[in-house]
Amino acid sequence: MRLAISRHPDATERKSLYLKLLEATLLYAILFVFALLVGIPFLYMFTGSFKTNGQLFSWPVNLLAPEPTLNNYERLLSGEEIPYLRQMGNSVVIAVSQSALTLLFASMVGWGFAKYEFRGKTFLTIFLLFTFAIPFQVTLVPLFQMIVRLGLLDSFLGVILPSSVSAFGAFFMRQAMVSIPQELLDAGRIDGASEWGLFWRIGIPLSRGALSILCVLVFLAAWNDYLWPLIVLRTPEKFTYPVGLATLKGLYKIEYGMILGGAFIATLPIVLIFVAGRNQILDNLTIGAVKQ
Amino acid sequence: MFGRGRKIAPYLFISPFFIGYAIFFLYPVVQSLQLSFYRQVGLNKAPRFIGFDNYVRLVSKDALFIKALANTTYYALGSILIIVPLALLLALILHSPKLRLREFFRFLYFTPNITAGVVVGIIFGLVFEEQYGLINNLLLAPLGLENVRWLREARWIMPAVILLGAWKWTGINAIYFMVGLQNIPPELKEAARVDGATRWQVFWHVTLPLLRPILAFVLTVAIIGSYNLFAEPAILVGMEGGPNNAGMTMTMYLYARGFRELKMGYASAIGYSLAVIILVLSVIQLVLIRAFRED
Repeated sequence: MRLAISRHPDATERKSLYLKLLEATLLYAILFVFALLVGIPFLYMFTGSFKTNGQLFSWPVNLLAPEPTLNNYERLLSGEEIPYLRQMGNSVVIAVSQSALTLLFASMVGWGFAKYEFRGKTFLTIFLLFTFAIPFQVTLVPLFQMIVRLGLLDSFLGVILPSSVSAFGAFFMRQAMVSIPQELLDAGRIDGASEWGLFWRIGIPLSRGALSILCVLVFLAAWNDYLWPLIVLRTPEKFTYPVGLATLKGLYKIEYGMILGGAFIATLPIVLIFVAGRNQILDNLTIGAVKQ
Repeated sequence: MFGRGRKIAPYLFISPFFIGYAIFFLYPVVQSLQLSFYRQVGLNKAPRFIGFDNYVRLVSKDALFIKALANTTYYALGSILIIVPLALLLALILHSPKLRLREFFRFLYFTPNITAGVVVGIIFGLVFEEQYGLINNLLLAPLGLENVRWLREARWIMPAVILLGAWKWTGINAIYFMVGLQNIPPELKEAARVDGATRWQVFWHVTLPLLRPILAFVLTVAIIGSYNLFAEPAILVGMEGGPNNAGMTMTMYLYARGFRELKMGYASAIGYSLAVIILVLSVIQLVLIRAFRED
């Protein structure tokens, strides 16, 4: 704020300056209040994970943890109530495989639609757009029956496979790949590259930005999903972490500190991925197409 | 394997996706429609054709279905009424030039949205706790208000879920609106200001009409999100929706009938009812938004 102005402002100018200052204060106040409303529950999750049940449920409510204990984490990681580490590992395996599969299918179909003319293309595009609008709840029961019949109940494959074909991903990759210049492909063909080689050496590298965004979105959805893993997975050793944490909440004697610890550990990687990957994603969006 | 040339290559590129799509999406969509006209309880029982009975039962005899429908609609309306104005306000502030800490606010507001529904449900169990919860103790008590029995009294459960929804979704919607604001050419606003329009008039007659496509997007996502709502209320008040099933949503109801009671035909009918409701609401919403443009 440049309040120290050498000349004397006249009355109206001074008034508008005060108004501006008042307005700025008000706007920042709104932003900070909302930031507190968003942040305090996270803070409480973090500090609460260092509290005993007795400290959590006592007056006055304390947002901090004055006498922190690591007991919750020790008991959580030792697998006393649930095999937590194992369940986190399951979540990693499922989310990573699902991201890899989705990206492969989506980029291939996106490439096919973006760079080739073929019979049935228009029909398939419209067909995909229409079926895209059908909510997934419709498919749950027959999918479950299919998973049971295929013997995939209580298996990671049963969780991963149905979620790895994403119509959204197909459209997303088609949009990203359509702008890749045709001359590059023609030059590649003259040099004797196969169609697969063009996809792998030109298509994929030139759509890295879109791929990384799609990867983050798919990983996030898989990491956070609750309903489908809950339906497919049946034994605690196979559970993903959301299903595992939910069983912890259902116990007769709820160990809230422990649950908060588990919730915190599971949220941390997601936030870190976003903090670290945000700039890279933004950069790739702009330079991805210009490079090479 | 793609050396054969450009004739078959596109089909090879698109076939893995479409084979998967046919098996894991299209087939279940068709199968589910068929199943919704059958009665099948349990996995190994033979299905029996009963025509429209499942649908008739849902609409005329199933009070819990109507309740889940009402709860979900309550959530959709309540959360949209809080989220949309609040997100728009935050976006307008975040969009103003020379703002400091813009990136910080944007990131913080976004974090609830990337947090797992189960985790959000767990945290808000403590936020809404009756005796030791954050809202009662830190927001209501200082104002001299009595404790609210958020999760224990039927009439307070949906308001609690709506507040949770507002916490989770306002930030990302503010970011959507920010993108919309960035796409409005500044010359338009300047022209209006030169013509003597007040800031309020500029907002009302220039900015808001130009945000209509974003608004349509935000509302569509909100409607679909409402009918998908599952993890948060399930963790917050339990799979049955708490006292008087006040927190039971449509997807929770489908889960209860289909996967706890294994009523396969009936749950399929619930799924299709849900699809029809979402479709109708989305169309109504698009028509309304378009109607405003004609003014």
